[in-house]
Amino acid sequence: MTERVTATTKPYTIGRPPFRPGEDADFGGKFTEQPGDLNRPDPANCSAQDTVAHASGLIRVLNDDGVALGEWNPLLDAETLIQGLEYMMRLRIFDDRMIKMQRTGKLSFYMRSFGEEAIAIAQTMALETQDWIFPSYRQPGAQFVRGRDMVSMICHCIGNTEDNVKGRQMPVHYTWKEGRFISISSPVGTQFSQAVGVAMASAYKGDDEVCISWLGDGTSAQGDYHYALNFASTFKPPVILNVVNNQWAISTHANLATGGRTFAERGLAYDIPSFRVDGNDFLALYSVTKWARLRAAAGKGATHIEVYTYRAGGHSSSDDPSVYRPSDEFKHWPGGDPIERLKEHLMKAELWNETRHTALAKKIDDEVMASYKAACEFGDLASGPYPPASTIFTEVYETVPWHVQEQREELGK
Amino acid sequence: MTDMNMIKALNSALEVQLEKDKNVVIFGEDVGFFGGVFRVTDGLQKKFGEHRVFDSPLAEGGIAAIAMGMGLNGLRPVAEIQFADYIFPAYDQIVNEIAKVRHRSGGEFTAPLTFRTPAGGGIKGGHHHSQSPEAQFTHTPGLKVVYCSTPYNAKGLLTAAIECNDPVIFFEPKRCYRGPFYGDPHNVPTWSGHPDAEVPEGHYIVPLEEARIVREGSACTVIAWGTMVHMCEQAIKDSGIDCELIDLQTLVPWDRDRVVNSIKKTGRCVIVHEAPKTSGFGAEMSASIQERCFYHLEAPIARVTGWDTPFPHTTEWDYIPSPARIAEAIKKTQEE
Repeated sequence: MTERVTATTKPYTIGRPPFRPGEDADFGGKFTEQPGDLNRPDPANCSAQDTVAHASGLIRVLNDDGVALGEWNPLLDAETLIQGLEYMMRLRIFDDRMIKMQRTGKLSFYMRSFGEEAIAIAQTMALETQDWIFPSYRQPGAQFVRGRDMVSMICHCIGNTEDNVKGRQMPVHYTWKEGRFISISSPVGTQFSQAVGVAMASAYKGDDEVCISWLGDGTSAQGDYHYALNFASTFKPPVILNVVNNQWAISTHANLATGGRTFAERGLAYDIPSFRVDGNDFLALYSVTKWARLRAAAGKGATHIEVYTYRAGGHSSSDDPSVYRPSDEFKHWPGGDPIERLKEHLMKAELWNETRHTALAKKIDDEVMASYKAACEFGDLASGPYPPASTIFTEVYETVPWHVQEQREELGK
Repeated sequence: MTDMNMIKALNSALEVQLEKDKNVVIFGEDVGFFGGVFRVTDGLQKKFGEHRVFDSPLAEGGIAAIAMGMGLNGLRPVAEIQFADYIFPAYDQIVNEIAKVRHRSGGEFTAPLTFRTPAGGGIKGGHHHSQSPEAQFTHTPGLKVVYCSTPYNAKGLLTAAIECNDPVIFFEPKRCYRGPFYGDPHNVPTWSGHPDAEVPEGHYIVPLEEARIVREGSACTVIAWGTMVHMCEQAIKDSGIDCELIDLQTLVPWDRDRVVNSIKKTGRCVIVHEAPKTSGFGAEMSASIQERCFYHLEAPIARVTGWDTPFPHTTEWDYIPSPARIAEAIKKTQEE
């Protein structure tokens, strides 16, 4: 872990990020932690104490040469690996198209998953289709795994007449019940403790379901993070609680979010097995998540995971990270690019080559472009059409009460 | 005097306070090195140091509680809640603790502090970057509630708020940070050249508890705060009716005498706010006005407000009280 740097301790300590604009982003080379450093405990018989080393270390499967090693290697077949690569490529190409739309006034706002593509995708692939996804705004990629139509996703981002949430929410605040993908909310962290409730309901009903949720390193300062861990510790429902440590909460580095130790280690104090995993390593993420699901299915309750990654892009289309960190910092991040790392692994295993990669990228790009055009048929931000104004008044309550009905009539639309 | 937009004016107020009083500290999410997502604290950390202007962990409940603790022990914190929509994790600390500590301790302890928070719609912010939750705080005894509308009153009111020994919730209409807003998103002027953009560089206050007469008139009193002040200016122009426009500025305690005297003159009143109607601050004002002006009123008091629904994203211009809706309400008061 990057050593925590602070200003003077008088009168109180102020955390600092490793680098500021104008400084060389030198992270000291590769990760010191290697695949095989950490054992894989039995998920059905594991205490928090058994994961002390895992919470301060880093679970990796792919080494620096793209070779999969160690007990955590999930031994996935070629088809699954290529599928994972395809989803990650799709997410990045989709994001790039959406940010271009935002820049040309066709979306009001956008948030990319750039550099963090492996997270929602590998983790959702490790789950069963009946499991609940309770994301933050940085896990839209889970929808690709569950098969959501891109036209539907783009219609939401535009907020046009085919937006399933009727233009009510900002872009990227997806809802997709069919995919068991629960509605995204802007206030950070609220989903984390709600996810514990979802899991308690599954346990109450006796359904074979797990709920997975994510929040950021910055958000882990919110009460909801601590509520989630404490309730999960107390009731032991089938829930997987991820802190995505992408190191940046808008301009606030993780060094200003916590006084020390890893985020994963916090879970130990709640007596929840806790892992710190290389978040740009598709295989490690898949494997740890599969472990957590096995544990939940065995009735042992929650797993707490710190996903160690790097937010390669801005927080959102409104953000300019070059103001507060070196603009090339992401290129020096030792975790690398999750897509490149999985691609390298597949190529080393002679399961993939540049020709296939280029052809796949082209195919996805064409599909994204076609979806974008199809979505705009239902209206774009610049010229509409938009959902009717009547959608302001519906679904506030189950039925429209008289005072809301009067206001709708007053608007006259 | 310098031509400032609202962001610069607020920044200037903070700078003057940091220079004037070493007990003033500023913190919140992204306010330190970065200078705030809206740039209101830009440059202040560099000038006054990391211990006086700093980034906090992302926890509004924590920010509020830490501010209270600092206030209890002699500091005068000015904390930023990045969007008013995100103030609710701090609600318990504000409502049950900060607002009541003077009273509950028999006056022995106070927590003089200011929460600055950008509020209101018009930036395509959807449910959670658009709300105007002033009424949630006007309903809490012990808090002063302020809502600026121009660069000039932003600086003067923020100065008064920081110097006030009571806790103040200070709302900044983010739609008006860079210019007044008259209801047309395709034609948004900047503050440059606006008379209220002439802001003294040094210290001055706009007193809390005083409303501002934006425009004198005889036919109807129009009361608004925040972005709605400018929407009402446009509506009055469009209506062709000689209205008196009052910018309330401070909601608690509000300038009742100025409002009552105006309505005794005009006999008619329209209250405009972008927050939902039910239990909005317009309801409180309307009740107080009829208690004191009943025999002077020539028409029912009208309210033009946001709807009793969440704030929408795509259709926000059908939600925010438009000059057309406000003008229609003004005209209707003349029919009685």
